Amino acid sequence: MNGTFVNKYATTAIIWILLITVPLWLPLFGGYTALAGRVVVFALAAMSFNMLLGFTGVMSFGHAAYFGLGAYGCGLFLKYVTPSTPLAMLAGTLLGGIAGTLFGLLLVRRRGVYFAMVTIAFGQVCYFIAYKWDDFTGGFDGLRGFIRAPLHFGLFDVDIANNSTAFYFFVILVFGLAAAAQAFILRSPFGRTMLAIRENERRARFLGIPIEKHIWLSFSISCFFTALAGSLYALLNNFADPLGLNYIMSGNIVMITVMGGMRSFWGPLVGAVLFVMLQDYVSSMTTNWMFFVGLTFVAVVLFFPRGLMGMFQKGART
Amino acid sequence: MLQVVMFNVTNGLIVGAFYVLMALGLSMIINLSNVVNFAHGNFLALGGYIAYTLTPYIGFWGALLIAPFLTAIFGWVIEQILIRHVYARNHIYSLLLTFGLGFVLQDTCRFLWGPSPLPLGIPDLLSTPITEDLFFITWYRVFMVVVVIVAVTGLFSFLRYTRVGMRIRAGTLDLDTVSALGVNVAALRSYNFAVGSYLAGLAGVLAAGQIGLNPNMGDDLIMPSFIAIIVGGVGSLTGTLLGGLLIGVAAALTTVVMPSASEAVIYVIMAVVLLIRPRGLLGEEGMLS
Repeated sequence: MNGTFVNKYATTAIIWILLITVPLWLPLFGGYTALAGRVVVFALAAMSFNMLLGFTGVMSFGHAAYFGLGAYGCGLFLKYVTPSTPLAMLAGTLLGGIAGTLFGLLLVRRRGVYFAMVTIAFGQVCYFIAYKWDDFTGGFDGLRGFIRAPLHFGLFDVDIANNSTAFYFFVILVFGLAAAAQAFILRSPFGRTMLAIRENERRARFLGIPIEKHIWLSFSISCFFTALAGSLYALLNNFADPLGLNYIMSGNIVMITVMGGMRSFWGPLVGAVLFVMLQDYVSSMTTNWMFFVGLTFVAVVLFFPRGLMGMFQKGART
Repeated sequence: MLQVVMFNVTNGLIVGAFYVLMALGLSMIINLSNVVNFAHGNFLALGGYIAYTLTPYIGFWGALLIAPFLTAIFGWVIEQILIRHVYARNHIYSLLLTFGLGFVLQDTCRFLWGPSPLPLGIPDLLSTPITEDLFFITWYRVFMVVVVIVAVTGLFSFLRYTRVGMRIRAGTLDLDTVSALGVNVAALRSYNFAVGSYLAGLAGVLAAGQIGLNPNMGDDLIMPSFIAIIVGGVGSLTGTLLGGLLIGVAAALTTVVMPSASEAVIYVIMAVVLLIRPRGLLGEEGMLS
């Protein structure tokens, strides 16, 4: 018990040291800081998704919707309302989170494949809205014409608009707060109940746990965090892309989670590192990147279903 | 005005017929194997491309007969080497597997046949309009609807009257019992997957004659097919049939009134069905959920 305790804190410490020192070591390997920003944003999206998949045992295949809504909410706020980064992020998070909460009401009674199909279809609704509503959302070309605003802290300003290293630190600050909140939720009695539902839904029901309510809450929380990741994504690119709402993006979020290890808290972060590296490398090597990325998906499912972190865990089941 | 409405209704029926062919195949695989085949749209594209390659040798009619069979064989092989390994696992794996497979197939088509759209030659007889007034209805459209009707009738008779068909239906309801009665469930699922792929291939050939070929032609059809299944009710093939036609016609009629909402309307239908009748129009309570 004590061993795992130390181990857990050591993992967290190593992860944070690596994340914070990114601007120092990443250029040595030919990377750039924005790439690390992308990893962290995808990691946050996948970790939020994993609260549902890995810790409640419910699979959604439409999380791109909330990710994309977060991005659009943030971008639209910056463009049309006021250039304030924190408020825009709040707007994006609320937009995606509330949409997820409402959709969740419609789908909590579904399970398994049916649940997945309905989440996919809902995701596509958002995609079509962004795609069709040209004048407001920029249609297929995506939403442009906004830029992340510097942060004002009363005494001093942080120029995240032009200084990409400062922006990266802002991203990992948000990531850290979100990850801490997620860890807190997972440790709370509510989080334990989620695990109980994952392990044995029927038994949990016999114990008097209102399953539907818990799945709905878990779905809603997961959507809020995913939307937060989406709003960071819009800030990262100064752009919101309708393809970020597409089911392909949902598939990528699922893949990041599974590739890293869905039974591990930090698994999705590891998955995001692998995924971004793979995507970046393959698309720079060949135009047929879909072939290789698809092949990787197939190989992960067939040969490494527990993901990279899962391989280090004992007794984890697939 | 009447002509516009007629045009859109026939259009809707034809589009709906595509959705039906595709959704029936998907639905069969979901019912028996609990696998949502994301690559189904790529099976459709593959069927079309195979027909394109075969047409110069055996003509359109030959390709129409052979290409779906080759797609079915391809589907059977894929089931044998990939899909069957994930039946016992969490659903997330079958989704990811077919999702990745779809990527691979799409890029393979792009590599083999090139990224630009290709036309599939159809016989002259079929490309003429049926009358002057109804210039928009070519014989090909009539022909497509006839093929779909024949295929659907064939499928339902197959499921109703043949031994394998009955086992598939029984397996949909209670696979464990079917297995306990001594039916080789693994073989049944492979067979079922092949039938589903056959339908995708057939839809691919028909679609290629109408809209031509491109590597991601299946992508536009897969979502409506999901919705046809959800609207009709998971577990019910008749429901899928009804759902496909319903959303096809609804989308087409919306085009008359408000063109930009034609794709949105099918999602609205889905949301309404889920609110009022969560199991779908003809779905059974508790089926696969």
